[in-house]
Amino acid sequence: MSKRSTSVRPSHGWGWARWVWRTLTSMRTAVVLLIFLALAAVPGSFLPQRNVASDPASVQRFYLEHPGIAPWLDRFSLFDVYAAPWFAAVYMLLLVSMMGCVLPRCARLWRECRAAPARPPTQLSRLERFREFPSDVPVDAVLSRAAEFLRRRRYRVVLTDTDVRAEKGYLREVGNLAFHLSLLVLLVGVAIGKLFGFEGRAALAEGETFTNVQSSYDAFTPSALTQVDGLTSFSMTLESLDAEFALGGPRMGEPRAFDARVTYTRDDGSAESTNIRPNQPLNIEGTKLFLSGHGYAPRVTVRDGDGEVAFSGPVIFLPMDGNFTSDGVIKAPNASPVQLGFQGLLLPTGPGRESDRSQFPDLFAPRLDLTAYTGDLGMDSGLPQSVFTLERAGLEKVGDQSLRVGETMKLPDGAGTITFDGVDRFANFQIAYDPGKEISLVAAIMLMVGLTASLLIRRRRVWVRCSQSSRGVIVEMAGHSLTRRGSPAADFDDLVRALTEPTSPEARS
Amino acid sequence: MNSAQLSDDLITTVLVIYALAFCLQAAGLAVERVKRNTRKSPNMATAAVGARYVPDGGITEVAHDRSGYGVVGRMGTVLLGFGFVLNLSSVILRGMAAGRAPWGNMYEFAIVGAAAIVAAYLAGLRVYPIERIGIWVIGLALVILGCAVTILYTPAADLIPVLNSYWLAIHVAAAIIAGGAFTVAAVASLAQLLRRRHRSDGEADSLEGVSYGLILFAFPVWTFAVIAGAVWAEAAWGRYWGWDPKETWAFITWVFYAAYLHAQSTAGWRGRRAAWFSLLGYAAFIFNFVGVNIWLPGLHSYAGV
Repeated sequence: MSKRSTSVRPSHGWGWARWVWRTLTSMRTAVVLLIFLALAAVPGSFLPQRNVASDPASVQRFYLEHPGIAPWLDRFSLFDVYAAPWFAAVYMLLLVSMMGCVLPRCARLWRECRAAPARPPTQLSRLERFREFPSDVPVDAVLSRAAEFLRRRRYRVVLTDTDVRAEKGYLREVGNLAFHLSLLVLLVGVAIGKLFGFEGRAALAEGETFTNVQSSYDAFTPSALTQVDGLTSFSMTLESLDAEFALGGPRMGEPRAFDARVTYTRDDGSAESTNIRPNQPLNIEGTKLFLSGHGYAPRVTVRDGDGEVAFSGPVIFLPMDGNFTSDGVIKAPNASPVQLGFQGLLLPTGPGRESDRSQFPDLFAPRLDLTAYTGDLGMDSGLPQSVFTLERAGLEKVGDQSLRVGETMKLPDGAGTITFDGVDRFANFQIAYDPGKEISLVAAIMLMVGLTASLLIRRRRVWVRCSQSSRGVIVEMAGHSLTRRGSPAADFDDLVRALTEPTSPEARS
Repeated sequence: MNSAQLSDDLITTVLVIYALAFCLQAAGLAVERVKRNTRKSPNMATAAVGARYVPDGGITEVAHDRSGYGVVGRMGTVLLGFGFVLNLSSVILRGMAAGRAPWGNMYEFAIVGAAAIVAAYLAGLRVYPIERIGIWVIGLALVILGCAVTILYTPAADLIPVLNSYWLAIHVAAAIIAGGAFTVAAVASLAQLLRRRHRSDGEADSLEGVSYGLILFAFPVWTFAVIAGAVWAEAAWGRYWGWDPKETWAFITWVFYAAYLHAQSTAGWRGRRAAWFSLLGYAAFIFNFVGVNIWLPGLHSYAGV
């Protein structure tokens, strides 16, 4: 960003605007804004954030724990820091400051690339590197040899009767500009993702099928311009999910491998099988499916008082700890004469009665603890109900029992039975669509290349001037760097050597 | 003896060697100071702190002379180099024991980090006369290794599936290399601030040149680490940036160092102010490694304490 004096010319009414613009685009303002940007990002890492992080309920929990301060924090967008107006204000100001500085520099670079390298200053000896020596070779021979040497070193060279002017390292400025402009491109990529993309989650038990419409998602976060009706149409069935855990060693119980075998069908009816693993998502026309979690879904059969099957199949239970002690509910609203509900706890490796915590995450000795309820499940009221909770108001607890696979619990008064048939696994899929990410990737590459070029390349000038004196030819050489770091010594020393070494026979002839 | 055991034993050896190098460097500095104070001949004074032509890097032209750094100190440097080789060997053995890149948890990150810091110092020594900050750098490496073997130690084991990706090798390696250079730069900046408090002198300028040169190298490497992390996050979690605490603090670190580089080309901001930015950036970097893993829940929590 440019270094300018902030002198104000006699005002034509626009003096203040000029002053504001100059202040905004000064390097000092840019540094201050960068510090503001860093500090502004801090609170978001300490306070729970909406639409961020692994835990979507964190903001609600914070509200419950700190009811006094939470609304005030919310008023200042502190649960939404990275979408907050004040955060946007900082980075927008920074971008404006940057552009106000970078665009004039682009223009200047363009002019400089078209102009010849600068004339040598009168006092060459004051520059960073200087050498003066007599030569027994004629002036034009010295100069043409210097020019040739510098051209070979990829300098831009101008040769006159008395001097050689050379400059190199324009790519530094190009890199610097590319770096700053890439930040704009990055912003465009992020904005497209935030405007048109979406994120969602869906849990599938083994054998279940997901269809890519909004209603199939367990959670769906569209963006402002997401075409909710126009999602890529496909369906995907989870055939099986394999999980492996460390059976011993210092990290016993830690997961070691997950492998979801899926079959998916595209719009045109073509079906394919593949595997989704961590770090190995499935990409269907830009919609990506990631295996983000797993758990257990006990398979049960509920028979009602009439002996009819009122419910049968796997029910997803949510894991509560590292060993996958999971809880969930089973509802049989179609049971007659009374509706049946069960609050359940699944222990994939369950001990005897002494503990109600699973001992290992894998499925070695599943145990299903059930508490049975009869009465009104409250599902006819029209109010939406979570599939993970029982509305106990209209229910009466009628018994509890611990089941192993194949066992059946009989409810009192012939209200019905429930059989524990087995356990399936379920997979949690994170489903994401971000049409801006390719642009962001291009921006990141541009940023990386530009940054490296602007920091490593040194723009420098070299002048060679010859004068004829009574004692012969005097060669003056000077070099200096236009950047903070000094010019490399090697180029300069090599040139000195090339000009002072004994002339080769061809040159003499 | 298996390679995991050997790696652990080597780390203990490295601790001892670094400690010896630390003592030798300290002794070297003391001997030099005593010499300078007792023989007050004008030649000696100019030899210890004098103008010196440094071939690379224009702003380090005023620098203390290496010859003023005694035999004892140089022995310390040699010992440090030997310790570094052993440190590197223990890292490689650890990788062989675990059958993967040896930076999958905080213990491994710490032992590789110590090696990276010493490597950055030894590499810096080839370009800049930074013997004087040597003991601080070794001291830091000692503290980190000490924490590694006492608090952070965990036996070699496999990784959880989400970490099981070649991006682990790329992303974390870049972060560690940048971290090594940031550390030495921060020590140089701190030394610069402490010196400038007393007087404005050539040595402070020389220290600033050291931190500037190292940050010039480390900043693009850190940028690469962040970008590689974003690419990995896209493949693992479905989004390349999600303001996870680890990502946020990587961003804060990046912005502070960007401010440092801009301050270096702003009139009136070079020197003390720029040095503060270097320290702020380093504080954010360290917080990201220690604080975020311990206090802030997020997707990177599995890195383990």
